Amino acid sequence: MSILINNETRLLVQGITGKEGEFHTRQMIAYGTPVVAGVVPGRGGQTAIDGQVPVFNTVREAVEATGANVSVIYVPAAFAPDAIRESAAAGIALVVCITEGIPALDMVATYEFVQQCGVRLIGPNCPGLLTPGAAKVGIIPGNIATPGPVGVVSKSGTLTYEAVDALTRLGLGQSSIVGIGGDPIIGTNFVDVLAMFQADEQTKAIVLIGEIGGDAEIQAANFIKTNVTKPVVAFIAGQTAPEGKRMGHAGAIISGGEGTAQEKIRALEAVGVKVARQPTDIAQLVKEVLG
Amino acid sequence: MKLHEYQARDLLARYGIPVTGGGVASTPAEARTIAEQIGAKVVIKAQVFVGGRGKAGGVKLAETPEQAEQVASQILGMDIKGLTVEKVLVAEAISYQKEIYLSAILDRTTKRVMMIASSEGGVEIEEVAKTNPDAIIKIAAHPQLGLLDYQARELAFAIGLKDGKQARQFAQIASALYRVFVETDASLAEINPLVIRDDGSLQALDSKVLLDDSGLFRHPDLEALRDSSDEPEAERQARESEITFIKLDGTIGCMVNGAGLAMATMDVVKLYGGEPANFLDIGGGAGKDKVKAALQIILADPNVKAVMFNIFGGITRVDEVARGIIAALEEVDTQVPMIARLTGTNEEEGRRLLAESRLIPAATLAEAAQKAVAAAQA
Repeated sequence: MSILINNETRLLVQGITGKEGEFHTRQMIAYGTPVVAGVVPGRGGQTAIDGQVPVFNTVREAVEATGANVSVIYVPAAFAPDAIRESAAAGIALVVCITEGIPALDMVATYEFVQQCGVRLIGPNCPGLLTPGAAKVGIIPGNIATPGPVGVVSKSGTLTYEAVDALTRLGLGQSSIVGIGGDPIIGTNFVDVLAMFQADEQTKAIVLIGEIGGDAEIQAANFIKTNVTKPVVAFIAGQTAPEGKRMGHAGAIISGGEGTAQEKIRALEAVGVKVARQPTDIAQLVKEVLG
Repeated sequence: MKLHEYQARDLLARYGIPVTGGGVASTPAEARTIAEQIGAKVVIKAQVFVGGRGKAGGVKLAETPEQAEQVASQILGMDIKGLTVEKVLVAEAISYQKEIYLSAILDRTTKRVMMIASSEGGVEIEEVAKTNPDAIIKIAAHPQLGLLDYQARELAFAIGLKDGKQARQFAQIASALYRVFVETDASLAEINPLVIRDDGSLQALDSKVLLDDSGLFRHPDLEALRDSSDEPEAERQARESEITFIKLDGTIGCMVNGAGLAMATMDVVKLYGGEPANFLDIGGGAGKDKVKAALQIILADPNVKAVMFNIFGGITRVDEVARGIIAALEEVDTQVPMIARLTGTNEEEGRRLLAESRLIPAATLAEAAQKAVAAAQA
């Protein structure tokens, strides 16, 4: 098994004709993901990706015609919140927003909207999801991953690839890889994904990659203490980050002395999580906890 | 993006929040004119982006316009924690009976705009959180309807305002501050202190507004207020080249793709006994021009004794990045040792290309960090 995406995923791409959207759609198709529809307002009736994917004006039409059940969003920041809402309202169960740079306030109202629709949102500002051997939704490079027992959840992109690559090289495959995003307001947090990995039979160990800013890692530690019996290995980026500076991700900032890597590491270690000192150590620690 | 106190004050005033009279001055003569217009005792405050400006002598009282001119001449040009004072706010010095606190922030946990009020103002709210957490009241605005009137009233009564008129004024100020927050795409809008004057009315004495950089595209009027005086030249150049760069105090320059990996790279440099000179994320699929701009920004820092490239090629092909680095090096004249750790898609080709350059190859992040630390100390 896996979480969130699998062999039954029928993917819809919002922004399929944009530079990013087209490039990554080709990668997702090459990985074997069934991309059943694209949505570009005003281009309904056309096709994209060399005629492989039908394009619709609205998500609702696309869902009715193709049975799409997952949507991935590559549209620019100014339009992405509406794209999220359109998918949520059309009954898409899982919406994955890759777009970076969405104003945080837009996400306050959008998150509420998505909640009211009973839809799960991943991101924004995330690399998306990969279930090795089954489906890829987003931009995680498929070639570094392989099926196996390790669930990976992370706020970061390339740092996650680094960890996944190291796991694969050590012979440790992954059940699913989930990039939750580096923005202050995101649809799905560590706790949500930890609960899914805990319930997933294939997952035998969990890797959590966090960073400075906010307290999602502290909440994760509290959740692990009472709800997670599977071994967890973590890495927290930004141990050397100065206070008050936004480290690339909109959410990666230490403010008022809070959100430091040190406090997060302490909280995770206190509940028995093995915390790697450097990214390269993550895979080795997973090997040890799996015995 | 940060606003200066005088900019935040003007913004609050536009939303009907009572602020003290006065204006901003760039010369002592202007300060005198403003003091004359106020016609009463004034406070002169340095407009710099640092905390503790009062302790540093950047906030002073003046009884007369002459004194205002004299005090302004002392504060203008003053150096406060490395920043030169270019402007002062000249405001009426009012008397008051009590300081309280009010702010709007973006709360990540509830994913809502949180209004925070406290009966203890004039000190940092983080300090109150430690010493007297019960004095802090938080109410989350409705995510779609906004801050509702009853919520604003609840906030007023919860911090102990008993007089009905006063509570009503507080609720109006809270609603206005919420509107400031949402209509400017702020990440913080704070009035501290909000004072209760001798006649019982409320007035904002000092305020702070931080704007969400992601929201600036729809506020060109606010973008125009940007004061880059506290932004190092290199950070400004990087912003214009769409590179995320933050200068640090160490000797090892870092160039990385991805923010999380860039942070982790700094951490690993530190782990092996070095100090990172910067955080730098060139983003995904960076070409030669971006690599070159990033390299020039890193090398402009005279403290840099070694440069370390850490590139994880996923979608980005490593050989392309390698070509970008080599091309950039041909145009950047430097003797600083460079260590490259490039891994991922097409890494063999990337390594082969770099083998012919003066870059020192490394197979892992740890090896690259160790080599960079050694090179910086040599």
